[in-house]
Amino acid sequence: MATLSLAASSAARRPALLPPRLLAARAMASSLFGHVEPAPKDPILGVTEAFLADPSPDKVNVGVGAYRDDNGQPVVLSCVREAERRILGNLNMEYLPMGGSIKMIEESLKLAYGEDSGFIKDKRIAAVQALSDTGACRLFADFQKRFLPDSQIYISTPTWSNHHNIWRDAQVPQKTFTYYHPESRGLDFSGLMNDIKNAPDGSFFLLHACAHNPTGVDPTEEQWREISHQFKVKKHFPFFDMAYQGFASGDPERDAKAIRIFLEDGHQIGCAQSYAKNMGLYGQRAGCLSILCEDEMQAVAVKSQLQQIARPMYSNPPVHGALVVSIILNDPELKGLWLKEVKGMADRIIGMRKALKENLEKLGSPLSWDHITNQIGMFCYSGMTPEQVDRLTNEYHIYMTRNGRISMAGVTTGNVAYLANAIHEVTKPN
Amino acid sequence: MASAAFSVSSPAASAVAARSKAGPRAVPDRHSVPAYLRLVSVLGRGVSQGRSRTGCRVGITRKNFGRVMMALAVDVSRFEGVPMAPPDPILGVSEAFRADKNDLKLNLGVGAYRTEELQPYVLNVVKKAEKLMLEKGDNKEYLPIEGLAAFNKATAELLLGADNPVIKQGLVATIQSLSGTGSLRLAAAFIQRYFPEAKVIISSPTWGNHKNIFNDARVPWSEYRYYDPKTVGLDFEGMIADIEAAPEGSFVLLHGCAHNPTGIDPTPEQWEKIADVIQEKKHMPFFDVAYQGFASGSLDEDAFSVRLFVKRGMEVFVAQSYSKNLGLYSERIGAINVVCSATDVADRVKSQLKRLARPMYSNPPIHGARIVANVVGDPTMFGEWKQEMEEMAGRIKNVRQKLYDSLSAKDQSGKDWSFILRQIGMFSYTGLNKAQSDNMTDKWHVYMTKDGRISLAGLSLAKCDYLADAIIDSFHNLN
Repeated sequence: MATLSLAASSAARRPALLPPRLLAARAMASSLFGHVEPAPKDPILGVTEAFLADPSPDKVNVGVGAYRDDNGQPVVLSCVREAERRILGNLNMEYLPMGGSIKMIEESLKLAYGEDSGFIKDKRIAAVQALSDTGACRLFADFQKRFLPDSQIYISTPTWSNHHNIWRDAQVPQKTFTYYHPESRGLDFSGLMNDIKNAPDGSFFLLHACAHNPTGVDPTEEQWREISHQFKVKKHFPFFDMAYQGFASGDPERDAKAIRIFLEDGHQIGCAQSYAKNMGLYGQRAGCLSILCEDEMQAVAVKSQLQQIARPMYSNPPVHGALVVSIILNDPELKGLWLKEVKGMADRIIGMRKALKENLEKLGSPLSWDHITNQIGMFCYSGMTPEQVDRLTNEYHIYMTRNGRISMAGVTTGNVAYLANAIHEVTKPN
Repeated sequence: MASAAFSVSSPAASAVAARSKAGPRAVPDRHSVPAYLRLVSVLGRGVSQGRSRTGCRVGITRKNFGRVMMALAVDVSRFEGVPMAPPDPILGVSEAFRADKNDLKLNLGVGAYRTEELQPYVLNVVKKAEKLMLEKGDNKEYLPIEGLAAFNKATAELLLGADNPVIKQGLVATIQSLSGTGSLRLAAAFIQRYFPEAKVIISSPTWGNHKNIFNDARVPWSEYRYYDPKTVGLDFEGMIADIEAAPEGSFVLLHGCAHNPTGIDPTPEQWEKIADVIQEKKHMPFFDVAYQGFASGSLDEDAFSVRLFVKRGMEVFVAQSYSKNLGLYSERIGAINVVCSATDVADRVKSQLKRLARPMYSNPPIHGARIVANVVGDPTMFGEWKQEMEEMAGRIKNVRQKLYDSLSAKDQSGKDWSFILRQIGMFSYTGLNKAQSDNMTDKWHVYMTKDGRISLAGLSLAKCDYLADAIIDSFHNLN
């Protein structure tokens, strides 16, 4: 591909007296976009593309983190369908306020901070509707860049890959902290605590509130308390990414435990919430960003600035998902139905973890697979190497990300034996 | 050591105060102390009790760093220095309108279509589409980063014409994005990354959010002449001169039709000349198409300018929105299209636009995309849509006529109000200045933006007389 410099291409197109149309024809020969390179494939979403293109009848998709039922089908929750029936004929598609749906925000705060939270009553939380988890994180990152320009963000090793993209595009410097312990496939707690202690006072940390992505490894309640304590000593700022509330244990209150511990300890937190997984609203992009402030006046100011960041990005957020969320959470019957359905999803995944581990043990695998049931949420960090993953894909048509992350939501009673067998084959010692 | 003495030192406090005064976009001086740390120099300074802005006791622990003692404020918030943002000049108008209790109030602020009864309007064809979607029971899976394929196909064809050679040859990179704003922002981010030396030139005036978008994307911009207050029309010579004067390879932001806020569009002959000068200077045309179908009532007619440039073989950016023409405001549905000179270029550009979208919102919202795809994909519904659009554009034309008639009848000064009839689309640039616009609101409870723009979509035939009175009063009695 010829990539002429702008100057060179100008020279090439210079014949002075040609009429505009012929000039144009020449101009088309070399594009102004000549220097634009193809982007690398997104590691997660690229997996699904490859899966879709595979003609094999045995193919299994344990790549992207979207829930599937036991038939491997996407699920729309009944509570969502009912909410949509009520929305139909909605006479108003007017722009939401810049900060989004007030009702949806109120309900989201109750979920995260507690139904009777004093912070909500005192109006101390600056909160806006956001474009799911990504949008919430991006708003916060841009806010950091603008109002806390000397700050950085500490991100766990590993983390959801898009976290890196978000803070990078927001131009906030990133650092990493120890998290995953490969040998035990669990938490490297002492490494984590060391990194917390060694970070400069007042650092910003990105914490996964529950169901860590991609490892599925969460601190215990005791460990969270120690982390919170150390954060107080160091005056660190905790930013919680909570994309799986309800999805991890099946109980939203339990999944918010880490956040509640930090709040009890007096931290002022930030929190990104998403309804993509726990309400199955993936494509609706429904989420919320909240920041606990000193007082109501500050919360109003901070919210106004978050809106100011959103206005030149997308003006105001999409309404449909917000309507679904607020209808469900506002109606006790629908909310009860939702709680049941989210528990059902979590239970199915817990069941599949058990089944996968049992299958591997039955096959006589000498390796330890305890981590499959120790880990929680949608993902299992299997500990497989990229080469082993490649073999799974090439030989068994099993699709997952090369970091060895298995989306348990893609595992069914129909494919768990096949999956276990394939994993056993590529991991057994020779 | 002196016993517990707590202080917020002057240098730090004044740094914070300065930041607060400097306004919402102020970037603190690199050398100033971050809000959440306070630097206390104990040596040679008195220590005193300090209070944070909110009146809480400031408790400070001390760590010894040698000659200078670093005092860390425990309870003072990090967000101490965050000032209140000013209300949005456009969206803030609706909020003020809602707060007004007066019966005569009229909202001519935001460009959202209203019926003659001044009610929001959901198109029948949209209701049909939603009903269909609910019956079909489609799932809610993530869209790919570039959006719904059926929507992307439909939107490019709507814009360029289904049998446009550039579509057939795969020269158009289309990404579904969050309405007009989201499309513009993606394009701006792309420009910043791949054309870091370039600037965008925008019309004077233009939609207020254009400047915010380029500012936040860190793309420098300047203005080209557009509106001529003397004629309340287009300053065509000024426009051409300024486009010509811009550095080669600038991005020229053009409104495809129904210019916002003026309602003044170039004629077809003028568009040809604009294309000439843009080609000569090797500028990149960048169209904002928020009103296709809404200006003249015809989708094809309103796409004239874009299609002209594409026909000439130019590479073009086009941002689209379905907020107005399909009434899908809150669904945030639009697209950014980049017409390239070769297929592989289009593929590469598309991949990089996706890379910019992923850390902004990952993938776009599905609901609005499905509505558009359903409406455009079904010939009956598409026909119904075209009809409804003609009706909406027709209502606005009628209202323009009535307003002109009222003004001409009531105004004894002989002022020529015919510019109202020459302008097109949702808005009219009345020529009222800020003081006069304030009078409209304060005295007459007519809500509009301070640049003199009124949204005719928010005006009914019944209110034209009242509005005429307000405009005449404001125009003649205030300067």
